[in-house]
Amino acid sequence: MNPSLHSVAALLALAAMPVATLPLAAQRPAVATRPTLGPAPRLVMPAVQKARLANGLAIEVVPMHEVPLVQASLLIAGGARLDGSHPGLATFTANMLDEGAGSRDAFALAAEVAYLGATLNTGAGWDAVTVDVGAPKRTFVQAMALAADVVLRPRFATADVARQRGLRLAGILQQRDQPGAVAGLVFNAMVFPAGHPYHAPLNGDSASTAALDSAGVRDFWSRAADPRRATLVVTGDVTLAEVRALAERLFGGWKAPASPLPAPATPAEAPRPATRIILVDKPGAAQSVIAIGAPGVSRRSPDYPAIMLMNTILGGSFSSRLNDILREQKGYTYGAGSGYSWRPLPGPFNASAQVRSNATDSSLAIFFREFRRIRDSGVTATELERGRAYLVLGSLGDFETTGQVAGSLGSLTILGLPLTTIPSDLAAIQRLTTADVQRAAQRYLDPAHFTVVIVGDIAKIRPGIEALGLGPAEVRDYNGNEVGS
Amino acid sequence: MRDGRTEGRMGGRMLRGGMRIVACGALFSALPTFRPSACALHAQALHVATDTFTLSNGLKVAVHEDHSAPLVAVNLWYHVGSGREVAGRSGFAHLFEHMMFQGSKDVEKGGHFGVVQEAGGTLNGSTNSDRTNYYEMVPSNYLEQVLWLEADRMGYLLDAFSQAKLDNQRDVVKNERRQNYENAPYGLASIRLGEMLYPESHPYHAPTIGYQADLTAASPEDVAGFFRQWYVPNNASLVIAGDVKPAEVRRLVTRYFGDIPAGQPAPAVKPIPVTLQADRRDVMEDRVTLARLSLVWPTVERWNADEDALDIFGSILGQGRSSRLYQRLVYREQTAQSASAGQGSRPQAGQFQVTVMAREGASLSQLEREVYEEIARLADEGPTAEEMARARNGNEARSVYQLQTLLGKADRINQYLTERGTPDMFNEELAHYAAVTPADVQRVARTYIRNHPHIILSVVPNGHRELAAQAPEVHP
Repeated sequence: MNPSLHSVAALLALAAMPVATLPLAAQRPAVATRPTLGPAPRLVMPAVQKARLANGLAIEVVPMHEVPLVQASLLIAGGARLDGSHPGLATFTANMLDEGAGSRDAFALAAEVAYLGATLNTGAGWDAVTVDVGAPKRTFVQAMALAADVVLRPRFATADVARQRGLRLAGILQQRDQPGAVAGLVFNAMVFPAGHPYHAPLNGDSASTAALDSAGVRDFWSRAADPRRATLVVTGDVTLAEVRALAERLFGGWKAPASPLPAPATPAEAPRPATRIILVDKPGAAQSVIAIGAPGVSRRSPDYPAIMLMNTILGGSFSSRLNDILREQKGYTYGAGSGYSWRPLPGPFNASAQVRSNATDSSLAIFFREFRRIRDSGVTATELERGRAYLVLGSLGDFETTGQVAGSLGSLTILGLPLTTIPSDLAAIQRLTTADVQRAAQRYLDPAHFTVVIVGDIAKIRPGIEALGLGPAEVRDYNGNEVGS
Repeated sequence: MRDGRTEGRMGGRMLRGGMRIVACGALFSALPTFRPSACALHAQALHVATDTFTLSNGLKVAVHEDHSAPLVAVNLWYHVGSGREVAGRSGFAHLFEHMMFQGSKDVEKGGHFGVVQEAGGTLNGSTNSDRTNYYEMVPSNYLEQVLWLEADRMGYLLDAFSQAKLDNQRDVVKNERRQNYENAPYGLASIRLGEMLYPESHPYHAPTIGYQADLTAASPEDVAGFFRQWYVPNNASLVIAGDVKPAEVRRLVTRYFGDIPAGQPAPAVKPIPVTLQADRRDVMEDRVTLARLSLVWPTVERWNADEDALDIFGSILGQGRSSRLYQRLVYREQTAQSASAGQGSRPQAGQFQVTVMAREGASLSQLEREVYEEIARLADEGPTAEEMARARNGNEARSVYQLQTLLGKADRINQYLTERGTPDMFNEELAHYAAVTPADVQRVARTYIRNHPHIILSVVPNGHRELAAQAPEVHP
């Protein structure tokens, strides 16, 4: 079809549409109003079955027999918080686990995983190293044998370490291409002081990565791989007895390290300086990335339910105030939101959006107006009701897949919390009042002590930002280091 | 109408509300010493039991019962995507999708999000070149409310239309374009590839996100015309999956959608094959650290008999760390940061794409030559039995994973209903994939890829055009 035919055909179809068929003419009185609701279903929490091997490995199983799939997560407490003076060591070591293990080199291992129709992912977060396995029921045992090789018999061959180190160095450079990633790295570097475990990038920087070698990786793993700190979470088409027997066979010989890594130290509370603006230059950028926040709250805080509900209303859902105003009313962005990173130590609170460059100052003003408004004026009864329902009923969809159940169970395990935390938090959310929500905002949302990071075209956006008078502005580079401003 | 294949013929056990799995178990339990056999490679059959019916206004409906959780997914497809846009209005189908969340006659602006979020549910819509879908997942007692929401905007969107809403969502979509294309590394390259491969007259030439100038030009008349032409019940299909009873669903769907008038029938969609007479080579500069090479061949559309063999060819060549390109370029020679290959099939045309991200200092020209070498080797020597098994087992596992979620199942059922007129092609698809032979893989490689004209696009860091892949004197 040539161009003119394509458009002409469509125009003809449009012209041929008889006006009488317009939906406007239809009448529908019987169903014009919103229907009433039937009774709400109740969340039935999956039951967790537990066991423990003699070497300390904890086992948690949630049988789900609807589909012939099994998901397993082996979690070892520790993670990047134990990097010490080598940022990126835990994540790099975890990524190296499946680059050759047991009798298989990196290729043979990847090929075998693919042959089994399985997935095998190794990685680390701030608080744990994880080895995740997903497999059809019928190949799960073979897939778990590969996971055991990866955990107990990783090769860490010099050539493999060198290759993966090169890939990671290039990946770190590539982060500069993504303004959102740059904003995140600079934000963490500014919000948490040097020496705090969350200050450095999770994956390290160029210098710390260049210093990684096979001996260092081997040493870290020999001390981190401790069965007494490990939990094997398995969900799907299995029974506890099956998992226990399999774990005994595959992991029963796993011995505690001679000199285990120390338990992570609790750092001093991160300081909260008066609000300041950090500008990172991206000349010619079509948008500005805005990230605003401060150190947040520990997941173990008794105020967790109130903070969750407060944030749902502020920026934690599509209908939240920030998204509704910045996107649906103003059209400055494709999406705006806010959230707390829930970790054992207080993770960051972060409100963010990518906005049209010439709306950077206007957007920033709205963010701060909304932070103050929820503190000063609280929330409405309707917002409270909607936010509560969003969180409570939303939990019904959180346990649909084997991966979701394993994920929920795993992240609570890392926090040292049982799965029953979820229903008790939901019950607490049901009881919250508008006053509770306002108190949470006043206590945990402090716009006088926020760090603002903006990645954008400084020449265009700086005057407008400074005119808001939120705080002093300074220019930093992509690593958060000072540059002349 | 009751689908004839819902009653068990395979004797497998029921799971997740009627998905039927028949295991060929003994063979797999013998793994890994026992290597691929015919049955091990095609070890299970899937069935998703579905009731289908059509309202008098032409709305096609499929209902799938799954009582494993108190949830229901509603998934509505309109058979219009960016491929049906008129010249000068690229991006309009997607912009229109945004307008569908701006309220309708009896639903206030933001009301769709309000109702669904109050239910703790999830909702969204998406637009591609061929269809626009809208979906919600909510507790099952919210089914009637969601049907009311969907019916109100199918029948009565224009009652609540305003210029201000259009202007607002036009801004939102322009921001979406900035965020995902203009301000994103390699973002504009994906648009350029479509422009190079498909002629201007082809439905897949322009990107679904559209061009800024065309978004600016979109008018209220465009909204009304598009709605009347395409958003009619006889150009839509609705799938409801979850904790529901089919008779009750039929009653509710009839109540809410039954009196929406039919519109003009949409013209049928037919494949529009693309051929290139010669290679087309281009270079783009971008704010990127690493140079990237993309090679794209025109191949076959969705449901073409050669689609699965091309998919397996792509899988062996460039899916995952055990693939040939990854092994050679990323692991052995270490000249690439990543390498991938795959067949992408859409209803009107398909393409085979190879993407290689070069390490710093590596030559795109050399990487291009090496990709051709690997293509030639796989086409000439054929895949190993082991490679075939990996591709098939991976496909089978992905199929099962997709059936884990109600939304995943509902969307797949709607795709079958739309493209094949029947809701359950799960088993047929798996069987077709499993029947592909190594000779088929070699044949499609020779028929469509090896020695065939294609697109070569280099994306290089700003100011470094010298890094672009140069035309070799001869290529296979």
